[in-house]
Amino acid sequence: MSTNVDGGQSVAVSDVRKVDRVVIRFAGDSGDGMQLTGDRFTSEAAAFGNDLATLPNFPAEIRAPQGTLPGVSSFQLHFADYDILTPGDRPDVLVAMNPAALKANIGDVPHGGTVIVNTDEFNKRNLAKVGYESNPLEDDSLDKFQLHQVAMGTLTQGALADTGLGKKDADRCKNMFALGLLSWMYHRPTEGTERFLREKFGKKPELAEANILAFRAGWNYGETTEAFSVTYEVAPAKLAQGTYRQITGNTALAYGVVAAGQQAKLPVLVGTYPITPASDVLHELSKHKNFGILTFQAEDEIAGIGAALGASYGGALGVTSTSGPGVALKSETIGLGVMTELPLVVIDVQRGGPSTGLPTKTEQADLLQAMFGRNSESPVPIVAPCSPADCFDIALEATRIALTYRTPVLLLSDGAIANGSEPWLIPDVADLPDLSVRFATEPNAPDGSGEFWPYVRDPETLAREWAIPGTADLQHRIGGLEKQDGSGNISYDPDNHDKMVRLRQAKIDGVTVPDLTVDDPSNGEARVLALGWGSSFGPIGAACRRVRARGMPIAQAHLRHLNPLPANLGDVLASYDRVVVPEMNLGQLALLLRARYLVDVVSYTKVAGLPFKAEELQGVFTDIVTGAKETKA
Amino acid sequence: MTAIDLGLPQLGGLADVPTTDEPQKAKDYKSDQEVRWCPGCGDYIVLNAVQAFLPELGLKRENIVFVSGIGCSSRFPYYLNTYGMHSIHGRAPAIATGLAVTRPDLSVWVVTGDGDALSIGGNHLIHTLRRNVNLKILLFNNRIYGLTKGQYSPTSEEGKVTKSTPMGSLDHPFNPISLALGAEATFVARALDSDKKGLTEVLRQAAEHRGSALVEIYQNCPIFNDGAFDVLKDRDEAARRIIPLTDGEPIRFGPDGEYGVVRSGFGGLDVAKVSEVGEEGLVVHDATTDDPTYAFALSRLGDQALTHTVTGVFRNAPRTTYDDAARAQTAQAAEAKPADLQSLIRGNDTWTVS
Ligand code: SF4
Repeated sequence: MSTNVDGGQSVAVSDVRKVDRVVIRFAGDSGDGMQLTGDRFTSEAAAFGNDLATLPNFPAEIRAPQGTLPGVSSFQLHFADYDILTPGDRPDVLVAMNPAALKANIGDVPHGGTVIVNTDEFNKRNLAKVGYESNPLEDDSLDKFQLHQVAMGTLTQGALADTGLGKKDADRCKNMFALGLLSWMYHRPTEGTERFLREKFGKKPELAEANILAFRAGWNYGETTEAFSVTYEVAPAKLAQGTYRQITGNTALAYGVVAAGQQAKLPVLVGTYPITPASDVLHELSKHKNFGILTFQAEDEIAGIGAALGASYGGALGVTSTSGPGVALKSETIGLGVMTELPLVVIDVQRGGPSTGLPTKTEQADLLQAMFGRNSESPVPIVAPCSPADCFDIALEATRIALTYRTPVLLLSDGAIANGSEPWLIPDVADLPDLSVRFATEPNAPDGSGEFWPYVRDPETLAREWAIPGTADLQHRIGGLEKQDGSGNISYDPDNHDKMVRLRQAKIDGVTVPDLTVDDPSNGEARVLALGWGSSFGPIGAACRRVRARGMPIAQAHLRHLNPLPANLGDVLASYDRVVVPEMNLGQLALLLRARYLVDVVSYTKVAGLPFKAEELQGVFTDIVTGAKETKA
Repeated sequence: MTAIDLGLPQLGGLADVPTTDEPQKAKDYKSDQEVRWCPGCGDYIVLNAVQAFLPELGLKRENIVFVSGIGCSSRFPYYLNTYGMHSIHGRAPAIATGLAVTRPDLSVWVVTGDGDALSIGGNHLIHTLRRNVNLKILLFNNRIYGLTKGQYSPTSEEGKVTKSTPMGSLDHPFNPISLALGAEATFVARALDSDKKGLTEVLRQAAEHRGSALVEIYQNCPIFNDGAFDVLKDRDEAARRIIPLTDGEPIRFGPDGEYGVVRSGFGGLDVAKVSEVGEEGLVVHDATTDDPTYAFALSRLGDQALTHTVTGVFRNAPRTTYDDAARAQTAQAAEAKPADLQSLIRGNDTWTVS
């Protein structure tokens, strides 16, 4: 077992070895059920009490041609006996269901890693499909790995011989065989998976039984054959006290929206158009109509946000969810929300771009679109979750800002957070923030005319009053044309326009945002700050730990509020010799920081459609920390 | 028939909107804003007709909302003392949908034009109509872009010479009534800006219809497309050209009622001389006809040149509205399962660290 970990140790105890962390990657054809297999192993690890993080990786095509490289789907899972931050850089164990899966993933497996292959698929045809000239199982190309060859298809067929299941159906159970084998190798509890399979195939009990049989056959294969001489134990993690569940970013985001509606005591209208990787937010929310959630699958992105804004105008919480291309289409309506000063939550689950780009891959390159992607001066607050579980809190925070300041808020998640999962310390609902709002009930015109003026502002928040249709005597008209300050009547007056542009900006600049906290275990010795935002929190944090473990101090801070930025950010930046900003874009946050604070941050960028690796950032940080030391000396 | 039976009763379009006993007058619906259309614009007449008609509904003014897009007609909400939103180009039906779905206690109206509804907002229009959201769409058709100063619109005739088509436009125009019926709109009507009585009658029926109502209003733009509908405004010409629809009556027209509408060919309709086909040969108008083919055939009797123009209510065939169904689903879900946030976020698969 490879243990090139954060100080990880492996101790051989007869044939059971204890390790502190393991990264497993299940890889196969898109039709092989690798996402389900990974999900189940994740649930087992969660039920066992490990900390964990996951990274699904699948093609944009629903069924790419079978057995080809574009058709490979994989699921990586990192579980440990301590709190971990990332899904892991490299798999310690690769399960490859066919030659394409082996070819696509073997490059990531470190020297000495374990590779388990399904030999049944390694025939001439499949090998040729992916350009293997000779069978890698027969030549010496896999010598540097611990290779296990298992005829998973054949063994599964054998185990299911008596079930009367057709060959094709039986073969489809081989992913459960693989799961059973891995579950045995890592001493995982199995009841949960059996229960899950019974529920999943509730209407087809024969399929449930077949999958369970395959799962047990995999387990028994490990137990009875001597092909595997060692098994591994990863003890439960010592996480903070409380009750946990495993959660993906998109589910947490959906729960956050449900919670926001409840805490605001408002009905929620989710106006949305399906788009990868945000659709699961819609799917999840559509299940919770009992919470007063109305999901409206619109004819397009524009209608989705239009309906959400219309609902907000009527006094509901309007929410729209999409990805980058959808934000492009929604821009004009976001602008209308800025002008009419109505609350609106716009969720952007970012993906690779530009244009259609890489729908199933991650990227964080919509920051400047969120910030500036509308005509004219059109400021909106921007928040971003730093992990899957954080999506819940960030949805509440986005709603707080939207309701308090009557403004559209951009919430930037991304593909890695959306589909990745981690344990979540389930919050007590009683501790959630109160988001209740006050609608206008009285005429407010300062001239005592007894009229309602829609653009009279709260002196503290600069928010205008929210007078919803149906309120007697407050009839008023709003719209996209420039408004007279106060009365809200159409105004083309030059000075008024200048004033309104500045007022809208001041309102957003004045959004209260918690101060940025810096993590620096060296108590101020660190001269370098690693600053990030969004899903790179995990890799940046893991890299900082590694750098510190090697005796070099480095501070870390992470922005959850991108607009406005925390008030103390300028001071934080000024108190370090170097600030390094890793981003999965070409330096968008770095650009903002340089412009705003005149600080020459070091921008480290990569736009590969995959999260940063901790190892890679460790190298970057080490160089900078060493460099900073030298500069100083 | 809906696939999912939500047990929804047939209601009027305003069933959930609170009413008032206080008498209302047209001037109660006038806002304090100065109306700024060009002199002689047909929009004035429509505004007056709407302001005169609204008191008749007896609704609380604060429960009426006008949402518009962009264009000359879309200034409409500013001039009405109700709630209103002047939104962005083409998107009013989408915004109004969100409002109507969440607020059954509102009477929601969309004011739009031929460019706003049929060009940039065409997609929202057809989808709103097919969903049958309970909102009323007033489509002011002047066959030109007025606000942008005179380019051809999707209802302009082929060959129209405008600022953007000096050699004549190449586009084939939409027939808005046919388009709406193609989307299976449940209420479709047409009126002329100059015919206050006809317009009011159509508005009345539209308001009472539960579901999407599309009312096309021929509106004169004296600045950029003056006289587009003049042939319908001359008394004699109008009698020859306008085919008025009255529910339950044979469809007849002409200065002396000498023409009528008869069935023709495969589901079609045609104009015939009553003397030739006999009174009993005429089609008796039934707007509630479920099959939209009939109303569609009516819409094809007219043409761009206005040789004939059908006015009145083409179709008034109720069908479950999207907003009623959506609210019923939510209510059903709430009844089946109380909203317990803690148990939702907890889920079934938890573990405890002590
Ligand atoms: S341009 Fe035409 S439609 Fe627009 S206000 Fe003037 S007359 Fe009316």
